[in-house]
Amino acid sequence: MTVAAAASRASRRRRIRLWGVVGVLGELTVTLGVLLLLFAAWELWWTDVEANRAAGKETSSLVQGFEATGPSAIPDAKAPGGLIEGKAFALLHVPRFGEGWSRPILEGTTHDILQSGLGHYAETVGPGAVGNFAVAGHRTTWGRPFHDVENLIDGDTIVVETRTAYDVYAVTGHEIVAPTDVDVVAPVPDQPGVAPTEAMLTLTTCHPKYSARQRYVVHAKLVKTYTRAEGLPASVLAVPGGA
Amino acid sequence: MYAVLWRALPGPRWLKVVQAVALALAVVAFCFLWLFPRISPLLPFSQTTVGDDSAALFHRAEPGPSSAPTIPGSHS
Repeated sequence: MTVAAAASRASRRRRIRLWGVVGVLGELTVTLGVLLLLFAAWELWWTDVEANRAAGKETSSLVQGFEATGPSAIPDAKAPGGLIEGKAFALLHVPRFGEGWSRPILEGTTHDILQSGLGHYAETVGPGAVGNFAVAGHRTTWGRPFHDVENLIDGDTIVVETRTAYDVYAVTGHEIVAPTDVDVVAPVPDQPGVAPTEAMLTLTTCHPKYSARQRYVVHAKLVKTYTRAEGLPASVLAVPGGA
Repeated sequence: MYAVLWRALPGPRWLKVVQAVALALAVVAFCFLWLFPRISPLLPFSQTTVGDDSAALFHRAEPGPSSAPTIPGSHS
């Protein structure tokens, strides 16, 4: 074989090997793309499946516990130190989100807890108490309980149902803040260091949708508390007409 | 890469197809049930609380009841 022919055979082999490498890189890139698509599908579909299942179970336990006549396994939100990290203790009812809409509230705001329902900021007061009862929830993914939070308008009703009472709040306003703005869950919302005189409720979730750049925060004020014995009038949970 | 994998699967073509599908489903299951739940909290897509994380919130907020601050969000 001539030198030229050998050289061209060698360069052809190098080219084939090069294309081989390119081929593998190409397959890896496509694989990565498929994995990213799978991840998006997981976030936007599977987490809803798991969270709705978990929230459904928590809600059933709560409803059963609320109706039990004897001693109840549900933590007593109105007793000092009565709440237990990770355990559901209340149902949040928001008529604006739809007929019969409710989600369980668990104590604490860790990732794991928020996968099963709404989370109560443990350092804030309990429902119906003077101070700021603050609750966090997902806006997208994990059952997206607060997906429609932007539909809440001033005056909308929010009810917190616990073992002993129904605390009825009315929305007073909302704000969009930075994730580090912890003042929104201060005992007096946005007034750190001020002693509270009213019973407030605050909801936090991410904003804009599909982003965690900011937080969407809703504030509400306690309007009335009904004991469980008194019962909640059906009209309180009526779906509001129009925005 | 995938060509090598395909050739490595034993049996006639129909069996290779079955095995390839099973492997693909196993990968999806691994991702959905183990990989994605592990990496999701590390990504900033769905944070809903205020404060850098729960613990930081309570270190900076009002001196509250003496119960310990909640554990930061990331799990195993």
